[in-house]
Amino acid sequence: MSFQTIQQQAKTEWELFDRPDRFRILVGSATCGRAAGSQEVIEKFREELANRHLLAETDIYEVGCLGLCYAEVLVEIQGKDGRRILYQSVEPRRVADLIDAQLVQGGIYEPLAMACTQSETDTSIPAFSDLEIMQSQVRIVLRNCGIIDPTNVEHYIARGGYSGLARALQMSADQVIEEIQQSGLRGRGGAGFPTGMKWSFARRTESDRKYVICNADEGDPGAFMDRSVLEGDPHAVLEGLLVAGYAIGADTGYVYCRAEYPLAIERLQQAIVQMHEKGLLGANILGSNFSFSIKIKKGAGAFVCGEETSLMQSIEGKRGMPRSKPPFPAVSGLFEKPTNINNVETLAAVSAIMEKGAAWYAGYGTEKSRGTKTFALAGKITRTGLIEVPMGISLRTIIEDIGGGVLDGKTFKAVQTGGPSGGCIPAQYIDLPVDYEHLAEVGSIMGSGGMIVIDEASCMVDMARYFLTFTENESCGKCVPCRMGTQHLLNILTDITQGKGKPEHLDTLRKIGATMKNGSLCGLGQTAANPVLTTLTHYEDEYLEHIDNLKCPAGACRSLIHFSIDAAQCTGCGACSRACPVDAISGTRKEPHAIDQQTCICCGSCRDACKFEAVLVS
Amino acid sequence: MPGQSTDSSLISLLAEYGKERENLIPLLQEVQERFQFLSPEAVRAVADHLDLSENDVYGVATFYAQFRFVPPGLHHIKVCEGTACHVRGSDHILEAVERSIGIKPGQTSEDGSYSLERVACFGSCALAPVVVVDDKVHGRMTGNKTQKLIEEEE
Ligand SMILES: Cc1cc2nc3c(=O)[nH]c(=O)nc-3n(C[C@H](O)[C@H](O)[C@H](O)COP(=O)(O)O)c2cc1C
Ligand code: FES
Repeated sequence: MSFQTIQQQAKTEWELFDRPDRFRILVGSATCGRAAGSQEVIEKFREELANRHLLAETDIYEVGCLGLCYAEVLVEIQGKDGRRILYQSVEPRRVADLIDAQLVQGGIYEPLAMACTQSETDTSIPAFSDLEIMQSQVRIVLRNCGIIDPTNVEHYIARGGYSGLARALQMSADQVIEEIQQSGLRGRGGAGFPTGMKWSFARRTESDRKYVICNADEGDPGAFMDRSVLEGDPHAVLEGLLVAGYAIGADTGYVYCRAEYPLAIERLQQAIVQMHEKGLLGANILGSNFSFSIKIKKGAGAFVCGEETSLMQSIEGKRGMPRSKPPFPAVSGLFEKPTNINNVETLAAVSAIMEKGAAWYAGYGTEKSRGTKTFALAGKITRTGLIEVPMGISLRTIIEDIGGGVLDGKTFKAVQTGGPSGGCIPAQYIDLPVDYEHLAEVGSIMGSGGMIVIDEASCMVDMARYFLTFTENESCGKCVPCRMGTQHLLNILTDITQGKGKPEHLDTLRKIGATMKNGSLCGLGQTAANPVLTTLTHYEDEYLEHIDNLKCPAGACRSLIHFSIDAAQCTGCGACSRACPVDAISGTRKEPHAIDQQTCICCGSCRDACKFEAVLVS
Repeated sequence: MPGQSTDSSLISLLAEYGKERENLIPLLQEVQERFQFLSPEAVRAVADHLDLSENDVYGVATFYAQFRFVPPGLHHIKVCEGTACHVRGSDHILEAVERSIGIKPGQTSEDGSYSLERVACFGSCALAPVVVVDDKVHGRMTGNKTQKLIEEEE
């Protein structure tokens, strides 16, 4: 089949997706939507539509993540008038009202309506792209997420998919590499290595067999960009993998996806079947002499397997331990053959670049950091979600405009980027442009895109301790600096948070950190001390408060705080004593309550339960 | 469970896989999916099938957090300890679960009804803190809500 024919078919199918004679309901059903209850909402739609005899003229689709995770379950309803309205926080009990308001009466269900998504303007409701959360975003990697049915390859093709591959196959491999180099794309897996250059190394190595790998291990705890792309638009990633394979001369690709993402794996499997059906995988793809096959490998729960050499060991069926480089994978990688490995987001950008051209992509971002970057915005932020912004945008725009500021109007303290390899950027840098260079300047890294907002209730020593608990647990133990270093750092940090810190500890932390940076075998150990070192740089006074005065200024370290009830504020409603898991709170109704300090475990449930701010932490 | 009676299903599962070492982890994953855990007999059978030593297979299996060597409880509870969940108080949730079923992560309750596991991020960070019970994801949890959820399962 020629690509024109394939596109023509897809166009026909796409038109069926947008029919004026039918109602259409899209429900965000990625993992986050499902957790919020999308399946129950869909069930309810079926039931209520059937009650009204409308089910036969309605199409219901499960789509990927629009990125507005705070507003899940998201539902877009399109009536026969072509009007498309996006509703937020839909629960099964609201479904009947939604149907009646829009599909029966032709209006809008105001209480949950968020925006209109059709191309024509609608005076009664803002357009989706005008929402504060969308205004500064540019969606390239996320171009189809939440918009197409991710289980339908025709949708992807109808929106320009695989035309990048078709174009690449008309070019020479060197021309494709040149195009990616021109785009300025840098690897989104963390290190930011120029993608085109990496491809050229693997291309240059002579070998009978070469491999390309898509790294979908997404180990950074607090990041979900790659998951959303795989669930919402798997073909965008697989097309990128094919282009990479063609460029370096590989005939086999692997996708290494973490086992905690069952839906992503299912979508990838479906996508691969469809690619075979369309002649986009197998022998002589689109009539060219390029042949390619893809295998999916499930991770088995080891953070270090996100590191490229460990990942290859894991695919080979071994313990996922890193090895020293050189030789680099481009020379000797998987099964000792030249191998190119790229991150999910990198590959999804590649397919867009091949479709729209290097110059278009390079038009976004800054001189050294081209294009866009996705971030998983989470933590103490009002609008949690998945966002995509041009490089160089300020942290302030991300946190205040897109994220809607800190949750519950609390004070912004820091933002953590780069996960266990990164650092905490304090509030004073809120106007920092977000690109590789500026984040490195303040001691953090871009990382893969986790961005956790931290408010005044989080203790920075505890944050450092948290990350070291993680890396100590995940250190594979092969090299001494990482194995011993993470243990020592963790022990010291635990002592400090428990009021057993000593003044000389700070120096020791710095020394161990420096040794790990210089002496560790892989990126895990080389960067594991970063969360400690950056908090020491920016929050040394908080460390000293713990050590010198046995105080945790944030009120988070449990050995150093105690809870009490302010009798003047307490109304005696009893919410706290009901919430207390250990029955430490007693009192008569309508009288001030009291906490038994012997029984209290400082869990904070009473503080969360109290509506009168009567629970004090000191 | 892979005792005498299930040997045949284990054998037919093994037969679907080639003898290349590359198949070791996928094979262990499928065995665990089918039988809930890796029993000594299953490990031996996998080792035989791939012509590897049992030690080698255990070496690989113990490296990865996913593999279990004891049967899980009837209800398997996973509490997320990722960064987003941590800053939104996941340790209180873990404690609440530990208190209400009396076991620590990695353990199965004596009557076999629950097992508890700590996981580093489900990728549903926007709904933090997250608890997964028998593969259903529950978002925006609190200690009390989790306790109720467990009581409902009983
Ligand atoms: C400990 C560790 C964990 C890593 N985890 C991931 C990961 O989960 N996903 C990823 O794409 N890259 C990860 N990387 C980076 C990879 O080693 C590699 O650089 C990347 O996949 C290259 O792709 P890129 O050039 O497209 O960024 C990790 C590196 C280290 C040291
Ligand atoms: S941090 Fe808990 S789901 Fe990601």
